[in-house]
Amino acid sequence: MTTAKAAAIILAKELRLEFRTRELLTATVIFALVVVVLFSFAFDPTAAESRRYGPGLLWIAFLFAGSLMLNPSFAREQNNETLDALRMAPISSFAILLGKILANFIFMSLAELVLVPIFAVLYNLSLAGIVWRLILVLVLGTLGLTVTGTVFSAISAHARMRELLLPLLVLPLLTPLLIAAVESTASLFAEQPALDRTWLAFLAGFDIVFLTASWLLCDHLLEE
Amino acid sequence: MKARFTITALVALLIFCAGYAALFIAPDEATMHAIQRIFYFHVASWNAMFCAFFVAFYASVAYLVTGKRKWDALGVSGVEVGVTCCTIGLITGPLWARPVWGIWWTWDAKLTSTFILWLLFIAYLLLRGLVEDPEKKASLSAVFAIFASLDIPLVYLANRLWRTQHPQPVIAGGDGSGLDPTMSKVLLLCLFAIFCVMILVLVDRYRLELLRNEAAELRYEIESRGLDATTDYAATPALQKGAQ
Repeated sequence: MTTAKAAAIILAKELRLEFRTRELLTATVIFALVVVVLFSFAFDPTAAESRRYGPGLLWIAFLFAGSLMLNPSFAREQNNETLDALRMAPISSFAILLGKILANFIFMSLAELVLVPIFAVLYNLSLAGIVWRLILVLVLGTLGLTVTGTVFSAISAHARMRELLLPLLVLPLLTPLLIAAVESTASLFAEQPALDRTWLAFLAGFDIVFLTASWLLCDHLLEE
Repeated sequence: MKARFTITALVALLIFCAGYAALFIAPDEATMHAIQRIFYFHVASWNAMFCAFFVAFYASVAYLVTGKRKWDALGVSGVEVGVTCCTIGLITGPLWARPVWGIWWTWDAKLTSTFILWLLFIAYLLLRGLVEDPEKKASLSAVFAIFASLDIPLVYLANRLWRTQHPQPVIAGGDGSGLDPTMSKVLLLCLFAIFCVMILVLVDRYRLELLRNEAAELRYEIESRGLDATTDYAATPALQKGAQ
Protein backbone atom coordinates (compact mmCIF):
# COMPACT_ATOMS: atom_id res chain seq x y z
CA MET A 1 0.00 0.00 0.00
CA THR A 2 1.44 3.37 -0.96
CA THR A 3 2.02 6.10 1.59
CA ALA A 4 -0.61 8.30 -0.06
CA LYS A 5 -3.32 5.63 0.11
CA ALA A 6 -2.47 4.74 3.71
CA ALA A 7 -2.46 8.42 4.71
CA ALA A 8 -5.87 8.82 3.04
CA ILE A 9 -7.27 5.94 5.07
CA ILE A 10 -5.88 7.37 8.32
CA LEU A 11 -7.29 10.77 7.33
CA ALA A 12 -10.72 9.22 6.75
CA LYS A 13 -10.54 7.52 10.14
CA GLU A 14 -9.65 10.78 11.92
CA LEU A 15 -12.41 12.70 10.13
CA ARG A 16 -14.98 10.04 10.86
CA LEU A 17 -13.95 9.99 14.52
CA GLU A 18 -14.16 13.74 14.88
CA PHE A 19 -17.42 14.26 13.01
CA ARG A 20 -19.22 11.76 15.20
CA THR A 21 -19.04 14.08 18.17
CA ARG A 22 -17.56 17.32 16.78
CA GLU A 23 -16.55 18.19 20.34
CA LEU A 24 -12.97 19.12 19.51
CA LEU A 25 -14.01 21.37 16.65
CA THR A 26 -16.60 23.28 18.65
CA ALA A 27 -14.26 23.66 21.60
CA THR A 28 -11.52 25.03 19.34
CA VAL A 29 -13.80 27.59 17.72
CA ILE A 30 -15.22 28.75 21.05
CA PHE A 31 -11.78 28.98 22.64
CA ALA A 32 -10.36 31.04 19.78
CA LEU A 33 -13.44 33.28 19.96
CA VAL A 34 -12.88 33.81 23.68
CA VAL A 35 -9.25 34.75 23.04
CA VAL A 36 -10.29 37.24 20.34
CA VAL A 37 -12.90 38.81 22.64
CA LEU A 38 -10.48 39.01 25.57
CA PHE A 39 -7.93 40.76 23.41
CA SER A 40 -10.51 43.36 22.47
CA PHE A 41 -10.49 44.48 26.11
CA ALA A 42 -6.78 45.23 25.84
CA PHE A 43 -7.26 48.03 23.35
CA ASP A 44 -10.07 50.04 21.84
CA PRO A 45 -10.43 48.73 18.29
CA THR A 46 -10.49 51.93 16.26
CA ALA A 47 -9.88 51.44 12.57
CA ALA A 48 -6.18 52.25 12.65
CA GLU A 49 -5.51 50.12 15.71
CA SER A 50 -7.47 47.20 14.31
CA ARG A 51 -5.30 47.26 11.24
CA ARG A 52 -2.15 47.32 13.35
CA TYR A 53 -2.97 44.81 16.05
CA GLY A 54 -5.71 42.76 14.44
CA PRO A 55 -3.56 40.36 12.37
CA GLY A 56 -1.28 39.75 15.35
CA LEU A 57 -4.04 38.80 17.71
CA LEU A 58 -5.81 36.72 15.06
CA TRP A 59 -2.74 34.57 14.64
CA ILE A 60 -2.10 34.38 18.38
CA ALA A 61 -5.68 33.17 18.82
CA PHE A 62 -5.04 30.50 16.15
CA LEU A 63 -1.76 29.45 17.75
CA PHE A 64 -3.29 29.12 21.23
CA ALA A 65 -6.36 27.31 19.93
CA GLY A 66 -4.15 25.10 17.78
CA SER A 67 -1.79 24.10 20.55
CA LEU A 68 -4.79 22.99 22.62
CA MET A 69 -6.57 21.28 19.75
CA LEU A 70 -3.54 19.38 18.49
CA ASN A 71 -2.94 17.65 21.81
CA PRO A 72 -5.58 14.89 21.53
CA SER A 73 -4.15 13.94 18.16
CA PHE A 74 -1.73 11.46 19.67
CA ALA A 75 -2.84 11.64 23.29
CA ARG A 76 -6.01 9.67 22.58
CA GLU A 77 -3.95 6.96 20.89
CA GLN A 78 -2.40 6.22 24.28
CA ASN A 79 -5.65 5.05 25.91
CA ASN A 80 -6.20 1.65 24.38
CA GLU A 81 -2.72 1.46 22.86
CA THR A 82 -4.20 2.04 19.45
CA LEU A 83 -0.92 3.55 18.28
CA ASP A 84 0.67 0.10 18.55
CA ALA A 85 -2.13 -1.27 16.41
CA LEU A 86 -1.51 1.42 13.81
CA ARG A 87 2.21 0.69 13.86
CA MET A 88 1.58 -3.00 13.28
CA ALA A 89 -0.28 -2.27 10.06
CA PRO A 90 1.87 -2.66 6.93
CA ILE A 91 2.10 1.09 6.35
CA SER A 92 4.98 3.50 6.80
CA SER A 93 5.02 5.64 9.93
CA PHE A 94 5.09 8.72 7.72
CA ALA A 95 1.66 7.67 6.41
CA ILE A 96 0.28 7.71 9.96
CA LEU A 97 1.84 11.10 10.64
CA LEU A 98 0.70 12.52 7.31
CA GLY A 99 -2.86 11.30 7.81
CA LYS A 100 -3.00 13.00 11.20
CA ILE A 101 -1.37 16.19 9.89
CA LEU A 102 -3.94 16.42 7.09
CA ALA A 103 -6.82 15.73 9.48
CA ASN A 104 -5.62 18.43 11.88
CA PHE A 105 -5.13 20.79 8.92
CA ILE A 106 -8.76 20.27 7.88
CA PHE A 107 -10.05 20.81 11.45
CA MET A 108 -7.93 23.93 11.90
CA SER A 109 -9.07 25.27 8.51
CA LEU A 110 -12.72 24.70 9.37
CA ALA A 111 -12.22 26.56 12.65
CA GLU A 112 -10.52 29.43 10.79
CA LEU A 113 -13.32 29.51 8.22
CA VAL A 114 -15.72 30.28 11.05
CA LEU A 115 -13.39 32.61 12.94
CA VAL A 116 -12.04 34.94 10.25
CA PRO A 117 -15.45 36.41 9.22
CA ILE A 118 -16.38 36.84 12.91
CA PHE A 119 -13.05 38.52 13.55
CA ALA A 120 -13.54 40.83 10.56
CA VAL A 121 -16.96 41.82 11.88
CA LEU A 122 -15.82 42.38 15.48
CA TYR A 123 -12.83 44.50 14.50
CA ASN A 124 -14.44 46.34 11.57
CA LEU A 125 -11.97 45.09 8.99
CA SER A 126 -13.08 44.61 5.43
CA LEU A 127 -12.41 41.29 3.69
CA ALA A 128 -13.47 42.59 0.29
CA GLY A 129 -10.91 42.07 -2.47
CA ILE A 130 -8.39 40.21 -0.34
CA VAL A 131 -10.23 36.93 0.23
CA TRP A 132 -8.16 34.67 -2.03
CA ARG A 133 -4.86 36.14 -0.94
CA LEU A 134 -5.91 35.85 2.69
CA ILE A 135 -6.81 32.21 2.10
CA LEU A 136 -3.32 31.62 0.68
CA VAL A 137 -1.67 33.11 3.78
CA LEU A 138 -4.02 31.15 6.07
CA VAL A 139 -3.31 27.89 4.25
CA LEU A 140 0.47 28.27 4.46
CA GLY A 141 0.37 29.37 8.08
CA THR A 142 -2.04 26.64 9.16
CA LEU A 143 0.05 24.01 7.41
CA GLY A 144 3.12 25.05 9.41
CA LEU A 145 1.09 25.08 12.62
CA THR A 146 -0.43 21.64 12.07
CA VAL A 147 2.81 19.98 10.97
CA THR A 148 4.68 21.22 14.02
CA GLY A 149 1.75 20.67 16.38
CA THR A 150 1.09 17.10 15.25
CA VAL A 151 4.78 16.16 15.50
CA PHE A 152 5.02 17.55 19.00
CA SER A 153 1.75 15.95 19.99
CA ALA A 154 3.49 12.66 19.20
CA ILE A 155 6.40 13.71 21.42
CA SER A 156 4.38 15.05 24.34
CA ALA A 157 1.95 12.10 24.33
CA HIS A 158 4.60 10.14 26.22
CA ALA A 159 5.15 12.80 28.87
CA ARG A 160 3.35 13.91 31.98
CA MET A 161 1.57 17.29 31.94
CA ARG A 162 1.14 16.99 28.20
CA GLU A 163 -1.48 19.78 28.01
CA LEU A 164 1.10 22.21 29.33
CA LEU A 165 4.07 20.64 27.59
CA LEU A 166 2.73 20.86 24.06
CA PRO A 167 2.31 24.67 24.01
CA LEU A 168 5.69 24.97 25.76
CA LEU A 169 7.40 22.98 23.02
CA VAL A 170 5.45 24.25 20.03
CA LEU A 171 5.02 27.98 20.59
CA PRO A 172 8.72 28.95 20.67
CA LEU A 173 9.32 26.90 17.54
CA LEU A 174 6.44 28.63 15.79
CA THR A 175 7.60 32.20 16.37
CA PRO A 176 9.14 32.54 12.88
CA LEU A 177 5.85 31.31 11.47
CA LEU A 178 3.92 33.74 13.66
CA ILE A 179 6.04 36.68 12.55
CA ALA A 180 5.77 35.79 8.85
CA ALA A 181 2.02 35.12 9.02
CA VAL A 182 1.30 38.32 10.93
CA GLU A 183 3.38 40.43 8.53
CA SER A 184 1.68 38.87 5.51
CA THR A 185 -1.81 39.32 6.98
CA ALA A 186 -1.04 42.87 8.10
CA SER A 187 0.07 43.86 4.61
CA LEU A 188 -3.23 42.49 3.30
CA PHE A 189 -5.30 44.45 5.80
CA ALA A 190 -3.36 47.67 5.17
CA GLU A 191 -4.80 50.73 3.42
CA GLN A 192 -3.39 49.47 0.13
CA PRO A 193 -3.69 45.67 0.30
CA ALA A 194 -0.60 43.97 -1.06
CA LEU A 195 0.70 40.43 -0.94
CA ASP A 196 4.13 40.45 0.70
CA ARG A 197 6.14 37.97 -1.37
CA THR A 198 9.17 37.73 0.93
CA TRP A 199 7.18 36.74 3.99
CA LEU A 200 5.08 34.36 1.92
CA ALA A 201 8.24 32.68 0.67
CA PHE A 202 9.45 32.50 4.27
CA LEU A 203 6.19 30.78 5.27
CA ALA A 204 6.49 28.30 2.43
CA GLY A 205 10.12 27.66 3.36
CA PHE A 206 9.17 27.06 6.99
CA ASP A 207 6.50 24.54 5.93
CA ILE A 208 8.90 22.68 3.66
CA VAL A 209 11.70 22.54 6.26
CA PHE A 210 9.43 21.22 9.00
CA LEU A 211 7.65 18.75 6.75
CA THR A 212 11.04 17.38 5.64
CA ALA A 213 12.29 17.18 9.22
CA SER A 214 9.10 15.30 10.18
CA TRP A 215 9.56 12.88 7.30
CA LEU A 216 13.17 12.21 8.30
CA LEU A 217 12.36 11.71 11.98
CA CYS A 218 8.93 10.00 11.77
CA ASP A 219 10.19 6.53 12.71
CA HIS A 220 11.69 7.77 15.96
CA LEU A 221 8.58 9.81 16.74
CA LEU A 222 6.20 6.89 16.66
CA GLU A 223 8.30 4.11 18.15
CA GLU A 224 7.22 2.68 21.47
CA MET B 1 42.64 12.60 38.88
CA LYS B 2 46.00 14.33 38.59
CA ALA B 3 45.42 15.10 34.92
CA ARG B 4 42.01 16.59 35.67
CA PHE B 5 43.47 18.81 38.35
CA THR B 6 46.28 20.02 36.10
CA ILE B 7 43.91 20.76 33.24
CA THR B 8 41.49 22.60 35.52
CA ALA B 9 44.35 24.65 36.94
CA LEU B 10 45.56 25.48 33.43
CA VAL B 11 42.10 26.58 32.31
CA ALA B 12 41.72 28.69 35.46
CA LEU B 13 45.03 30.37 34.64
CA LEU B 14 43.85 30.91 31.07
CA ILE B 15 40.66 32.59 32.24
CA PHE B 16 42.62 34.79 34.58
CA CYS B 17 44.90 35.85 31.71
CA ALA B 18 41.90 36.44 29.44
CA GLY B 19 40.19 38.57 32.09
CA TYR B 20 43.32 40.57 32.67
CA ALA B 21 43.80 41.06 28.92
CA ALA B 22 40.20 42.14 28.39
CA LEU B 23 40.32 44.64 31.21
CA PHE B 24 43.82 46.06 30.91
CA ILE B 25 45.60 45.07 27.69
CA ALA B 26 42.84 45.70 25.16
CA PRO B 27 42.76 49.27 23.90
CA ASP B 28 39.92 51.59 24.87
CA GLU B 29 37.15 51.82 22.32
CA ALA B 30 36.46 55.21 20.76
CA THR B 31 32.81 55.84 21.66
CA MET B 32 31.90 53.34 24.36
CA HIS B 33 35.13 53.32 26.41
CA ALA B 34 35.18 50.96 29.38
CA ILE B 35 31.82 49.24 28.95
CA GLN B 36 32.89 47.95 25.54
CA ARG B 37 35.21 45.48 27.30
CA ILE B 38 32.20 43.29 28.02
CA PHE B 39 32.35 42.54 24.26
CA TYR B 40 35.13 40.00 24.81
CA PHE B 41 33.04 37.86 27.13
CA HIS B 42 29.72 38.54 25.41
CA VAL B 43 30.98 37.26 22.07
CA ALA B 44 32.98 34.47 23.73
CA SER B 45 29.94 33.09 25.54
CA TRP B 46 27.91 33.09 22.31
CA ASN B 47 30.70 31.24 20.58
CA ALA B 48 30.74 28.70 23.41
CA MET B 49 26.96 28.40 23.15
CA PHE B 50 27.08 27.66 19.42
CA CYS B 51 29.75 25.00 20.00
CA ALA B 52 27.78 23.41 22.85
CA PHE B 53 24.55 23.33 20.86
CA PHE B 54 26.39 21.91 17.88
CA VAL B 55 27.69 19.11 20.10
CA ALA B 56 24.12 18.53 21.30
CA PHE B 57 22.83 18.42 17.71
CA TYR B 58 25.54 15.99 16.64
CA ALA B 59 24.92 13.81 19.70
CA SER B 60 21.16 13.78 19.04
CA VAL B 61 21.63 12.64 15.46
CA ALA B 62 24.20 10.06 16.60
CA TYR B 63 21.78 8.74 19.23
CA LEU B 64 18.98 8.34 16.69
CA VAL B 65 21.34 6.56 14.30
CA THR B 66 23.18 4.27 16.75
CA GLY B 67 20.85 4.02 19.78
CA LYS B 68 23.80 4.16 22.22
CA ARG B 69 23.01 5.85 25.56
CA LYS B 70 26.35 7.66 25.70
CA TRP B 71 25.18 9.93 22.85
CA ASP B 72 22.10 10.84 24.85
CA ALA B 73 24.36 11.68 27.81
CA LEU B 74 26.46 13.90 25.56
CA GLY B 75 23.32 15.51 24.16
CA VAL B 76 21.92 16.57 27.53
CA SER B 77 25.37 17.79 28.61
CA GLY B 78 25.66 19.91 25.48
CA VAL B 79 22.22 21.41 25.98
CA GLU B 80 22.74 22.21 29.67
CA VAL B 81 26.09 23.91 29.04
CA GLY B 82 24.66 25.69 26.00
CA VAL B 83 21.71 27.03 27.97
CA THR B 84 24.13 28.34 30.62
CA CYS B 85 26.27 30.10 27.99
CA CYS B 86 23.11 31.50 26.41
CA THR B 87 21.98 32.84 29.79
CA ILE B 88 25.35 34.52 30.28
CA GLY B 89 25.05 36.09 26.85
CA LEU B 90 21.48 37.24 27.49
CA ILE B 91 22.60 38.88 30.75
CA THR B 92 25.80 40.52 29.45
CA GLY B 93 23.91 41.82 26.40
CA PRO B 94 21.41 44.04 28.26
CA LEU B 95 24.14 45.07 30.72
CA TRP B 96 26.06 46.41 27.74
CA ALA B 97 23.00 47.75 25.95
CA ARG B 98 21.66 49.90 28.77
CA PRO B 99 24.52 52.42 28.94
CA VAL B 100 25.15 52.36 25.18
CA TRP B 101 21.70 52.22 23.53
CA GLY B 102 19.72 53.51 26.50
CA ILE B 103 17.41 50.48 26.44
CA TRP B 104 17.72 47.11 28.18
CA TRP B 105 16.12 45.16 25.38
CA THR B 106 14.52 45.43 21.96
CA TRP B 107 12.65 42.96 19.81
CA ASP B 108 14.91 42.96 16.76
CA ALA B 109 15.72 39.82 14.76
CA LYS B 110 18.94 38.87 16.59
CA LEU B 111 17.69 39.31 20.13
CA THR B 112 14.30 37.72 19.45
CA SER B 113 15.71 34.63 17.73
CA THR B 114 18.30 34.22 20.50
CA PHE B 115 15.65 34.48 23.19
CA ILE B 116 13.59 31.89 21.35
CA LEU B 117 16.62 29.60 21.17
CA TRP B 118 17.03 29.91 24.93
CA LEU B 119 13.36 29.08 25.49
CA LEU B 120 13.53 26.12 23.10
CA PHE B 121 16.42 24.45 24.87
CA ILE B 122 14.90 25.12 28.28
CA ALA B 123 11.82 23.34 26.91
CA TYR B 124 14.18 20.47 25.99
CA LEU B 125 15.28 20.23 29.62
CA LEU B 126 11.65 20.37 30.80
CA LEU B 127 10.72 17.63 28.34
CA ARG B 128 13.43 15.40 29.77
CA GLY B 129 12.09 16.00 33.25
CA LEU B 130 8.56 15.03 32.29
CA VAL B 131 9.24 11.76 30.46
CA GLU B 132 10.01 8.87 32.79
CA ASP B 133 11.06 5.92 30.68
CA PRO B 134 14.80 6.40 29.98
CA GLU B 135 14.77 5.15 26.39
CA LYS B 136 11.75 7.17 25.43
CA LYS B 137 13.27 10.18 27.18
CA ALA B 138 16.43 9.77 25.12
CA SER B 139 14.77 9.37 21.73
CA LEU B 140 12.12 12.08 22.24
CA SER B 141 14.64 14.63 23.47
CA ALA B 142 16.95 13.77 20.56
CA VAL B 143 14.13 14.46 18.10
CA PHE B 144 13.24 17.70 19.86
CA ALA B 145 16.88 18.81 19.95
CA ILE B 146 17.07 18.39 16.17
CA PHE B 147 13.98 20.56 15.68
CA ALA B 148 15.26 23.17 18.11
CA SER B 149 18.63 23.24 16.32
CA LEU B 150 16.84 24.57 13.23
CA ASP B 151 16.75 27.96 15.00
CA ILE B 152 20.54 28.10 15.43
CA PRO B 153 21.45 29.21 11.88
CA LEU B 154 18.73 31.84 12.16
CA VAL B 155 20.32 33.24 15.33
CA TYR B 156 23.81 33.34 13.83
CA LEU B 157 22.74 34.96 10.57
CA ALA B 158 20.12 37.32 12.02
CA ASN B 159 22.28 40.41 12.11
CA ARG B 160 23.84 39.60 8.73
CA LEU B 161 20.53 39.09 6.90
CA TRP B 162 18.53 41.90 8.44
CA ARG B 163 19.27 45.41 9.56
CA THR B 164 18.92 45.15 13.32
CA GLN B 165 19.35 47.23 16.47
CA HIS B 166 22.13 44.81 17.37
CA PRO B 167 25.44 45.88 15.78
CA GLN B 168 26.46 44.51 12.41
CA PRO B 169 29.20 41.84 12.48
CA VAL B 170 32.73 43.05 13.17
CA ILE B 171 34.38 39.86 11.93
CA ALA B 172 34.02 39.23 8.19
CA GLY B 173 31.09 41.55 8.09
CA GLY B 174 31.80 43.29 4.80
CA ASP B 175 32.87 46.90 4.30
CA GLY B 176 33.66 48.93 7.39
CA SER B 177 33.93 45.91 9.67
CA GLY B 178 37.07 44.56 11.26
CA LEU B 179 38.83 44.93 14.57
CA ASP B 180 41.90 46.71 15.81
CA PRO B 181 44.78 44.12 15.82
CA THR B 182 45.23 44.16 19.61
CA MET B 183 41.51 43.80 20.08
CA SER B 184 41.53 40.83 17.70
CA LYS B 185 44.24 39.12 19.72
CA VAL B 186 42.45 39.72 23.03
CA LEU B 187 39.21 38.49 21.47
CA LEU B 188 40.88 35.31 20.29
CA LEU B 189 42.32 34.74 23.76
CA CYS B 190 38.95 35.23 25.40
CA LEU B 191 37.21 33.03 22.82
CA PHE B 192 39.69 30.27 23.50
CA ALA B 193 39.52 30.68 27.29
CA ILE B 194 35.72 30.56 27.50
CA PHE B 195 35.71 27.71 24.97
CA CYS B 196 38.04 25.71 27.26
CA VAL B 197 35.83 26.39 30.28
CA MET B 198 32.85 25.21 28.26
CA ILE B 199 34.60 21.99 27.21
CA LEU B 200 35.70 21.32 30.79
CA VAL B 201 32.18 21.71 32.17
CA LEU B 202 30.74 19.70 29.26
CA VAL B 203 33.06 16.77 29.85
CA ASP B 204 32.36 16.81 33.58
CA ARG B 205 28.60 16.85 32.99
CA TYR B 206 28.97 14.02 30.46
CA ARG B 207 30.87 11.92 32.98
CA LEU B 208 28.25 12.70 35.62
CA GLU B 209 25.44 11.60 33.32
CA LEU B 210 27.22 8.34 32.49
CA LEU B 211 27.71 7.67 36.21
CA ARG B 212 24.05 8.42 36.91
CA ASN B 213 22.99 5.98 34.20
CA GLU B 214 25.28 3.33 35.63
CA ALA B 215 23.95 3.91 39.16
CA ALA B 216 20.37 3.67 37.91
CA GLU B 217 21.13 0.40 36.14
CA LEU B 218 22.75 -1.05 39.23
CA ARG B 219 19.81 0.03 41.38
CA TYR B 220 17.43 -1.63 38.94
CA GLU B 221 19.54 -4.81 39.00
CA ILE B 222 19.50 -4.91 42.80
CA GLU B 223 15.80 -4.27 43.10
CA SER B 224 14.93 -6.84 40.47
CA ARG B 225 16.53 -9.45 42.71
CA GLY B 226 14.14 -8.47 45.48
CA LEU B 227 16.79 -6.75 47.54
CA ASP B 228 16.59 -3.23 48.96
CA ALA B 229 19.05 -0.87 47.27
CA THR B 230 19.62 1.22 50.42
CA THR B 231 20.41 -1.55 52.92
CA ASP B 232 24.05 -2.36 53.62
CA TYR B 233 23.92 -6.15 53.36
CA ALA B 234 27.65 -6.57 53.98
CA ALA B 235 27.36 -5.01 57.46
CA THR B 236 24.38 -7.10 58.60
CA PRO B 237 25.16 -10.85 58.31
CA ALA B 238 21.63 -11.75 59.42
CA LEU B 239 20.19 -10.35 56.24
CA GLN B 240 22.66 -11.98 53.89
CA LYS B 241 21.11 -15.41 53.47
CA GLY B 242 17.94 -16.00 51.50
CA ALA B 243 17.20 -12.39 50.74
CA GLN B 244 14.56 -13.56 48.23
